[in-house]
Amino acid sequence: MRPTSLNCVYELAQKDKRVIFIGSDLGAGVLEDFKKNIPDRFFMEGVSEQHIIGMAAGLALEGFVPYVNTIATFLTRRCFEQNVIDLGLHNTNVRLISNGGGTVYAPLGPTHLAIEDIAIMRTIPNMTIVSPADADEMRRFMMQTLDYQGPIYIRLGKGYDPIVSTDKVPFKIGKGIPMREGSDLLIVTTGITLSLALEAADKLKNKNLEASILHMHTIKPLDKEILLQMVDKVPAVITVEEHTIIGGLGSACAEIMAEEGFRERKVFKRIGIEDVFPSGYGKQKDMMERNGISAQKIIKTAEKLLET
Amino acid sequence: MNSPKYNTPPLDQRSVYLRKLVVRALAGGGRGHIGSSLSLIEVIRVVYDDYLTLDLQNLLWEERDRFILSKGHGCLAQYAVLADKGFFDLDELDKFCHNDGILGGHPEREIPGVEVSTGALGHGLSIGVGISLAARIKKKEYKTIVVTGDGEINEGSVWEAAMSAAQHSLENLTVMIDYNKNQSYGFTKEIIDLEPMLNKWASFGFGVIEIDGHDVNSIKSCLNSLPIAHGKPNAIICHTVKGKGLDFAENKPEWHHKSNITDEEIEQMNDCLNSKQLKG
Repeated sequence: MRPTSLNCVYELAQKDKRVIFIGSDLGAGVLEDFKKNIPDRFFMEGVSEQHIIGMAAGLALEGFVPYVNTIATFLTRRCFEQNVIDLGLHNTNVRLISNGGGTVYAPLGPTHLAIEDIAIMRTIPNMTIVSPADADEMRRFMMQTLDYQGPIYIRLGKGYDPIVSTDKVPFKIGKGIPMREGSDLLIVTTGITLSLALEAADKLKNKNLEASILHMHTIKPLDKEILLQMVDKVPAVITVEEHTIIGGLGSACAEIMAEEGFRERKVFKRIGIEDVFPSGYGKQKDMMERNGISAQKIIKTAEKLLET
Repeated sequence: MNSPKYNTPPLDQRSVYLRKLVVRALAGGGRGHIGSSLSLIEVIRVVYDDYLTLDLQNLLWEERDRFILSKGHGCLAQYAVLADKGFFDLDELDKFCHNDGILGGHPEREIPGVEVSTGALGHGLSIGVGISLAARIKKKEYKTIVVTGDGEINEGSVWEAAMSAAQHSLENLTVMIDYNKNQSYGFTKEIIDLEPMLNKWASFGFGVIEIDGHDVNSIKSCLNSLPIAHGKPNAIICHTVKGKGLDFAENKPEWHHKSNITDEEIEQMNDCLNSKQLKG
């Protein structure tokens, strides 16, 4: 997903003179061709996230569309005030490409885990948050970022996730994509959890449970209309995110559902990281499983919800 | 550090008049950053009167020079100058911080003549770096001026921006530091000593000069001789006095900001300025 995203930035830059790339001391060789061929619009700044957000805002105020790339934790927490004021308040057309949203950096320990990025970025007015499921969807999305008004936080999963997204429904920022129809429950996903939901839905079918799946690549603005349409048809709803259960996709869906009067009772459960700093290392998948973000957990949760 | 020994001229009619506009806004709003605005008057006055190229009829004219008041709490000085120059009606000063006014306690981009919304410290120089780089990419000649406070440069982000400005050799970018040697709680030397100020900016790759920040001619000639050093961003250390012009408020931390300003205090301020006007 990451190479696709960055390659798209280069592609956009070749077509449009407004496109700028700003990295914060990234790995050697990142976007080498961009640097070589369009040096005046390629910036590799130091380890200075507060500064690069302000600098990007300055460029955006002058009509450029800067794409800023670094690790998700540093791009959200370290420079949060700059994100709020320089990007949100000024409604600047800056795109934040965050490496390692969720538990991608599991081997690197808790300082590098971006498990609350969605929650904190969601509180910023004007901020759009998009978390594509895979590289193909990333590409469809990136091509729409150039002329979109306002700042966008782009959450990258890991590098080579399985392709599970669809192009049958045209990608549109802010519009959820129904992936499956089923009458027993609804699974709402964002980012790479779509693949877990698809796997779980297949297995639930063997247990005679039909699951709908709604893929919310855009967490903000959340597609309230499609969410309520799909929730209305089922008795149970599960949200699945590679993120703390506080303030992310699950919370966003809960906020909308709680304010809606349904004709029939609904049961609801958020799947994500509990209110803890996840411990241990290992691979992303290991850490997700340890924290209950898995197809197995979705299946168990569905069965339990539907028992009640 | 104390200011170098300058032979500061007395405030002229325009400087007194602009201060009276600040007091008018203080009376209107009943509150405001007094000391932090009065140290800035001559700096902002000269920047607008003699340096920036702007078009009042076309505020977003692409060739205009860009001015960012990074120490947003000094906005009363900028409001006084903008009102005087006709960016908005003088009456707006009377509605400072009112529900139906356009002027708040920190400047916002929606105000005619204000480029960037500021107030949280340590943002302006980075934005200035971006704006200055934009000029280079677009091959424009416009200049970018950023005014910071002295307490403001406690923020680490200022030094991140400074390193970047030097790395990019942003000769068209100028930071003016309102070095009044006081921050909110008290003297900078007792909170975070900023000395050696000149060496700090020089070692971060700036061309640096220090001037009397209340001497109109000195500010003018400094700005007109930029850049200070070829290929380097500019830092102008403006030695100023917090609360300048109100004898009873000068260098008094309690005059950094006041709320619930009384009619008597407004009268006291106006009396003090009137006496200077008579002398002038």
